[in-house]
Amino acid sequence: MIYKGFDGTMDAILLQILNGLDKGSAYALIALGLTLIFGTLGVVNFAHGALFMVGAFCAVTLQKVLTLSKISIDPTKTDFLGNPLKVKTPYVVEWFGEGTGNAIIDWNVPLAILVAIPIMLLVGYIMERGLIKHFYKRPHADQILVTFGLAIVIQELVKANYGANPIPTPAPDQFVGSYNVGALIGLDASYPYWRLIYFFFSISIIGAVFAFLRFTTFGMVVRAGMVDRETVGLLGINIDRRFTIMFGIAAAVAGLAGVMYTPINSPNYHMGMDFLVLSFVVVVVGGMGSLPGAVLAGFLLGILESFASMNEVKGFFEAIYLPSIDQIIIYLVAIIVLLTRPRGLMGKAGVMED
Amino acid sequence: MKSISNADMRTLMFVAIITILAPFIMNPFPTESALAQFNAGYPDLMQRFIIFGILAIGFNILFGLTGYLSFGHAAFLGVGSYAAVWMFKLLGYGILPGLVLSVIVAGIFSLLIGFISLRRSGIYFSILTLAFAQMSFALAYSVLTPLTNGETGLQVYADDPQFLQSATAPNVPHLFGMKMNDTFSLNMGPWDFQFNFGYYICAIFMLIAFYLSIRIFRSPFGMMLRAVKTNQTRLNYTGINTRPYTLAAFVISGMYAGLAGGLMASMDPLAGAERMQWTASGEIVLMTILGGTGTLLGPVMGAGFIKYFENIFSKINETVLHGWFAWMPDGLENAIVWVLHLFTGKGWHLTLGILFMAIVIFLPGGLMEGSNRIANWWKRRKGGDNASDATATPAE
Amino acid sequence: MGILEVKNVNKSFGGLKALQNVNLDIEEGKIHAIIGPNGAGKSTLLNCFVGKLVPDTGTVMFDGDSLLGIKPYEINQMGVSRVFQTPEIFSELSVWENTLIPCFAKRDGAFTLNALGNVADNKDVAERAEQMLVDVDLIDKRDMLASSMSRGDKRRLEMAMCLSQNPKLLLLDEPTAGMARADTESTIELLKTIQEKLKITMAIIEHDMGVVFSLAQKISVLAQGTVIVEDLPENIKGHPKVKEAYLGEAQV
Repeated sequence: MIYKGFDGTMDAILLQILNGLDKGSAYALIALGLTLIFGTLGVVNFAHGALFMVGAFCAVTLQKVLTLSKISIDPTKTDFLGNPLKVKTPYVVEWFGEGTGNAIIDWNVPLAILVAIPIMLLVGYIMERGLIKHFYKRPHADQILVTFGLAIVIQELVKANYGANPIPTPAPDQFVGSYNVGALIGLDASYPYWRLIYFFFSISIIGAVFAFLRFTTFGMVVRAGMVDRETVGLLGINIDRRFTIMFGIAAAVAGLAGVMYTPINSPNYHMGMDFLVLSFVVVVVGGMGSLPGAVLAGFLLGILESFASMNEVKGFFEAIYLPSIDQIIIYLVAIIVLLTRPRGLMGKAGVMED
Repeated sequence: MKSISNADMRTLMFVAIITILAPFIMNPFPTESALAQFNAGYPDLMQRFIIFGILAIGFNILFGLTGYLSFGHAAFLGVGSYAAVWMFKLLGYGILPGLVLSVIVAGIFSLLIGFISLRRSGIYFSILTLAFAQMSFALAYSVLTPLTNGETGLQVYADDPQFLQSATAPNVPHLFGMKMNDTFSLNMGPWDFQFNFGYYICAIFMLIAFYLSIRIFRSPFGMMLRAVKTNQTRLNYTGINTRPYTLAAFVISGMYAGLAGGLMASMDPLAGAERMQWTASGEIVLMTILGGTGTLLGPVMGAGFIKYFENIFSKINETVLHGWFAWMPDGLENAIVWVLHLFTGKGWHLTLGILFMAIVIFLPGGLMEGSNRIANWWKRRKGGDNASDATATPAE
Repeated sequence: MGILEVKNVNKSFGGLKALQNVNLDIEEGKIHAIIGPNGAGKSTLLNCFVGKLVPDTGTVMFDGDSLLGIKPYEINQMGVSRVFQTPEIFSELSVWENTLIPCFAKRDGAFTLNALGNVADNKDVAERAEQMLVDVDLIDKRDMLASSMSRGDKRRLEMAMCLSQNPKLLLLDEPTAGMARADTESTIELLKTIQEKLKITMAIIEHDMGVVFSLAQKISVLAQGTVIVEDLPENIKGHPKVKEAYLGEAQV
């Protein structure tokens, strides 16, 4: 019996780690983008959460476009009032036939990736060239304020267009349901397919970004620019243009994180702000300017948050009059990290030291 | 040996007169006229002008002088409100214990947050205060439910002890028996002016707060804070330990926010977590930069401006817009209403965001700089030949 | 016994040994120049004096007290002031306020919460600041914004700020770097006057040999992180070790 109890604990632990992975993935992706922008441009982008949200709403919009329907009247049937029944046929179904059309609608979220990449690159480009560029020489406070204002504007525009309620955006039917991940290592912990996909998707994006920075000339210059912007500029390299592209990439990363997150949590207009604050904490804990730190801290804090929402843990804290400890655990950890390691887990000396 | 210079005295007097006469000034349109909706002279709104004015004055002591941009000031406002409501619950509806406690509690709370956040400066500091504000919100909303009554909000119930509440004392917040919501109406022809006791109590506190902020601005302490903003390296090599200076500024401005929170609860005895959300902190920042960061008068103006337009804009819904543009051809009317409704009514936050960006981009000095520019331009235009004189002696 | 004694100081950054067994003795009341080719470790050494860097090993004693692990503001309160290579002043404040701040720091210490007093009421501080501005000949610019002054004026202002604290030791990091000839000359004159009038000990890091030889009463030559020669100016000229250290960089 004791063995059985131990086994159950292991199951629960594995499940919590898995549960933490998807939120952790989102934190890691947003924090990665924030760090890229901060490291290259020296700007903290308070509108980065809004980019995550815009990505999510790319999926919502695509869903709306795909389900645009032609209304025809079926004379053979009547509705409950006795009028001829109106039948809605999505144009996609009409054009591509029943099977293909419905499949396209069903695969809306993965398809949205293709739509989101160019849109997000463009949004990032416009943001950097149109606004952020003019703020490089301005004080940090101004940069924060103007991106904060932009975040409000984007958020409110989305609210005006899509309303305040969350919009369900389901994953393709194949991925509904769970997979018993635990069975692989002799435990029992089933985990929704889509969250598993989200995790692997994030890992591959993170891998791609790191590979891009590591193995391409472009990435090398950007990394050099992160260390010493002026010197790289003096070498006759147009670092500004590269930084613009970097901003676009960071925007795309945030956007993709948003697109893929829609089946996990139905998107609403304030999801960006919610994630942004936590991603900032992630960046600070990971160490300002450190890309591996951002990713590591993202996953760590995601998992920690999920552990704190376990009933056993919650129960313990409730016993000492602190219900819903999962709501603040990330902040508490951030405070402890900052008090013991002011530079964050992997922060380098000299970054924002003054 | 004057404690305050003539120019500062004039500023203070200006604010005092405006505040005292506000019930008239804010109510220029007769009650029955169509323009009455632009009036702002009713107690609830005027109290908000004043309370947010206090908040912005305090925020300006931190941001305006030291340049440390805090995104967490709403947390202190909320803490102040909770403290005051607790005093109402425990002791009774007299506002003084509540106000005292709200300032003290906000001071202690800001000392804690400041101690950690001020280990870093610049962007780092802003992010840390933002995280703390969000954490305070979560604490108030769910974690510390026994203290804050969670999402319902903290309020006074009939079975609360209220140990000091005498049988004759009013059952609403009061000062020595005078009720905060007592309003005296003065009818003068078509006009209806309202004089609210709570408003004048707030006004007294605001004038004291404003006077103190003038003193701080002109003090050696204030000069050190401005030096912090300009060059911390030099200060360190001049024998100044900057951390206690910034911490003191942070705590002082936190106490201002606590006072504002306490007053807010005194006007309407309940406290909710939404008061602490970081969007609320953003609004405080906006008030300050809109008016003019680092100026004495700016934050008060900014607070009034934002609260006024929030009130006006929120009232303009689609029906009102259609009423305004009814004289136009239908198509044009609908188009204009469609565009405008994005920015009014529930769309006020969009206007706020755009205003935020516009101020940062085009007018970093805020309304104060704007009015200075206009004044200079006017002087030059009127002066004609004297233009060179006007530029040679820049306005203080 | 010098006012500043540096013994066996070592400092390395990663694999780079910036300072190796540096010994230095700065005598009270003298102008002591520290010269050396680029990358010799002069700035590192200076940063060890003011608390910006902490040596890996060795001791730095000022007036009998160790400076190791002491924060920059505390070292300043002990009586060490520093002039930077690019003037570090409060550029958004007026010249007058720039001068007042160090006077307040001298009088009130590292932190005083004087939030309700008026700056203008502190007559003693004002007198001191005014005297300083007269001394460096900036009194007619007292209401100017510090950032709008010329580089030479900024340097003079910084000097006034340091001197107003009446330091026991004044550290100067290339005080004439990037200055026009006339400014350089007036700076030399200023330093000489200060030395004669106030008898303040000064340590100067300098590239310009003209400046060094017209000011210094003692010279230490730093090369590759060690002091190779420490002697009177007349003995430094033509010293073989110095020539060797500078070979290929500049003729001494």
